[in-house]
Amino acid sequence: MAGHGSELRVLVVMPALNEARSLGETIAELRDAYPDVDLLVVDDGSTDNTAGVARKAGAQVCRLPFNLGVGGAMRTGYRYAIRHGYDAVVQVDADGQHDPTYLKALLDGLEDADIVVGARFAGAGDYRARGPRRWAMRMLAFALTRLARTKLTDVTSGFRAVNRRAMRIFADHYPAEYLGDTVESLVIALRSGCSVTQVPVSMRARSFGQASQTPLRASLYLLRAVVALSLALVRHWPSTLESYAESS
Amino acid sequence: MRATYILGFVGSVTTLLLLFELLRRRRLREKYAVFWVVVALLTLVVAIFPSTLAAVADLVGVSVPSNLLFFVASMLLLGVSIHHSYELGRLEERTRTLAEEIALLRMELRAPSDAASGLDS
Repeated sequence: MAGHGSELRVLVVMPALNEARSLGETIAELRDAYPDVDLLVVDDGSTDNTAGVARKAGAQVCRLPFNLGVGGAMRTGYRYAIRHGYDAVVQVDADGQHDPTYLKALLDGLEDADIVVGARFAGAGDYRARGPRRWAMRMLAFALTRLARTKLTDVTSGFRAVNRRAMRIFADHYPAEYLGDTVESLVIALRSGCSVTQVPVSMRARSFGQASQTPLRASLYLLRAVVALSLALVRHWPSTLESYAESS
Repeated sequence: MRATYILGFVGSVTTLLLLFELLRRRRLREKYAVFWVVVALLTLVVAIFPSTLAAVADLVGVSVPSNLLFFVASMLLLGVSIHHSYELGRLEERTRTLAEEIALLRMELRAPSDAASGLDS
């Protein structure tokens, strides 16, 4: 791949749900920074013209027949990447909150780890969370840091790079439940023997819309985070690294 | 014969007839029907010979036989509900996998040349 100085074949996977308004800009920004990187937009059952916008912007577009959530969209992306022989997958949100210029930083991190998470609280940028939502994020970060034996401060970040070893696991086992695509997927990877590290990134406000932050919803988030983490820790996962996604 | 036992008799016979008809029309799979046939037959036994219920209640130490009936019935229904949730979850996982595969196949069908160019770029 040109413009980034390594031999890796990299695929950017962008899960998108009704992002017709911001997707074009996000892709343009990615193309500015990395003109040659392969891009797969997974349209997660959008009712607007998300797929059309993505095609017009020159992306490969994969349309799910109905909404599966980020977990379903990403597993589709990982399967595609495995079958087409990519060495690394970078997940980038379609809403523009992930700054594509950090792509290289994430990919460089893959030299030492199987999964690199772009972390919002690790120095760069000014993302803040408060109240129960903050406690939830702290608790998740604490638990994952212990599990990974390396400091992880932002485990709910959807900005991450994954190498072939982790791709193989995720192509088969990528949870579709709430928080499954972030927290539980990291637990699965760690328990399957992958290493995880993080690099600091700054994130921007979403192009359109804001995450709701009422106390009730934040408390609910905390509760769901506790449940999701506990389940992830006790769940049984196949220990095999053989992938059926690869065989076809 | 008391009204409750007549109700039990009518209920279980109706259930058996319904199951038979559903099986005949291939609307119900055998693996689910077997369970309900067994339940309907047991209900029929209790309806025809009420003393069996009293005897079993006496055996396990439940002083009011109908309480035993209610307990067993609610536990059976709970078990069936949990089993259905389990089956539903399995179906959802399979549907999800199929949806993902369809999406990938549809993409490769739409632009076979684009999909292939990914291999040699």
